[in-house]
Amino acid sequence: MKYAAEYRNAELGKQLIERIRRRSGKPARLMEFCGGHTITIVKHGIRQLLPDNIEMLSGPGCPVCVTASADLDKAIALARLPGVIITSFGDMLRVPGSYASLQQAKAEDADVRIVYSTQDALQIARENPAKSVVFIGVGFETTAPTIAVSVLEAAREGIENYFVLSLHKLCPPVMKALLDSGEVRLDGIVCPGHVSVITGSRPYEFIPRDYGIACAVAGFEPLDVLLCIDMLVAQIENNTPKVEIAYRRSVSPEGNRRALEVMEQVFTPCPADWRGIGTIPGSGLAVREEFRRFDAEQAFKLEIPPPREPKGCICGDILRGVKTPIDCRLFRRTCTPEHPVGPCMVSAEGSCAIYYQYGEGHER
Amino acid sequence: MCLAIPALVKAIDGQQADVEIEGVSRRVSIWLTPEVKVGDYVLLHTGYAINVIDAAEAEITLGLMREMVSGSEAGEQPGA
Repeated sequence: MKYAAEYRNAELGKQLIERIRRRSGKPARLMEFCGGHTITIVKHGIRQLLPDNIEMLSGPGCPVCVTASADLDKAIALARLPGVIITSFGDMLRVPGSYASLQQAKAEDADVRIVYSTQDALQIARENPAKSVVFIGVGFETTAPTIAVSVLEAAREGIENYFVLSLHKLCPPVMKALLDSGEVRLDGIVCPGHVSVITGSRPYEFIPRDYGIACAVAGFEPLDVLLCIDMLVAQIENNTPKVEIAYRRSVSPEGNRRALEVMEQVFTPCPADWRGIGTIPGSGLAVREEFRRFDAEQAFKLEIPPPREPKGCICGDILRGVKTPIDCRLFRRTCTPEHPVGPCMVSAEGSCAIYYQYGEGHER
Repeated sequence: MCLAIPALVKAIDGQQADVEIEGVSRRVSIWLTPEVKVGDYVLLHTGYAINVIDAAEAEITLGLMREMVSGSEAGEQPGA
């Protein structure tokens, strides 16, 4: 595939690793924010190829993983209402809520349908005018504009049976929360690639300025990640923290203005609950008053039992970069992709699922 | 969740486009990329084109990487 295969060149990769080894001397703790980057790093064995002074930590960049149990419980409660069709991206279905998953609700006769796009959810709403079609809006800035478009299209077409449960999350506020917590000391951040396609690289500028931490936005091919690490190493060695872009074919400082406008038109920032992290001000997106008739939380009266977390699961600590899946007593024993206990084992971008799939940590 | 893949735009029809990904055709929304033209590559995310891939920047990055590993220290950090 063009714009992917060229960035998987093994020979160039080896030479980039050599260059990083030559130039890196100081201890460097780097966090790859995105689960997508964790996949690239683990799949290609990048962590093992880097010099010993560079440590890679996984961050909270997995929207499925950071969805709070209480929010998932809302989706499940919606699924159990009569006359409701739930539409969702596939990776949400098996995530355990406090008492059940969407998958279990489906097995108990709830109408839960996996869609690839909000376009498909809208089509289901058009074809089922007597039903209420709710889309479970989970995702970061990459996804939120696509969900905003569906609301605008529903408004334009006068589709009255389409609703969104907005559980969206924003990345810069959680980065700030992690840095303010003081729990993890970082020297550099591999900034999200496809979030930045939308937001641009500007929103990260507070990180080098206020925290003195190096930043570079990376794409998801192995050479993209290596180029990003090389940039971070240069910033750390020269003590010149700033925001660089190692993914210029898709990311600019300004981002996608049209997508940002659409997102702003439909949503407004609100506090959001992050699993294992807590409530972070301004880190979520609520449906604006003007579009409230599309807001599932306004349209349906939901009774949610008090949330609870799975016993022994350390997903929260893993999402904060404080622990790794290897530190979890459940990992590979009671928690497996077939029988996931926590969300990080369910999502393809969850650290536990990635470590499990590629056998990461067997060297220890 | 944030997975996005390059797709080649083959035809445009209002706010939708036909794109090709490894030989497979799909109809996608171009609401977020009104500037897209036939022949462009876009990043495709959940049925939406979320940007137009910048072909010139792609070449520059590849050139930069080749230069970086060619051993010429003078060639390091161009444009930095």
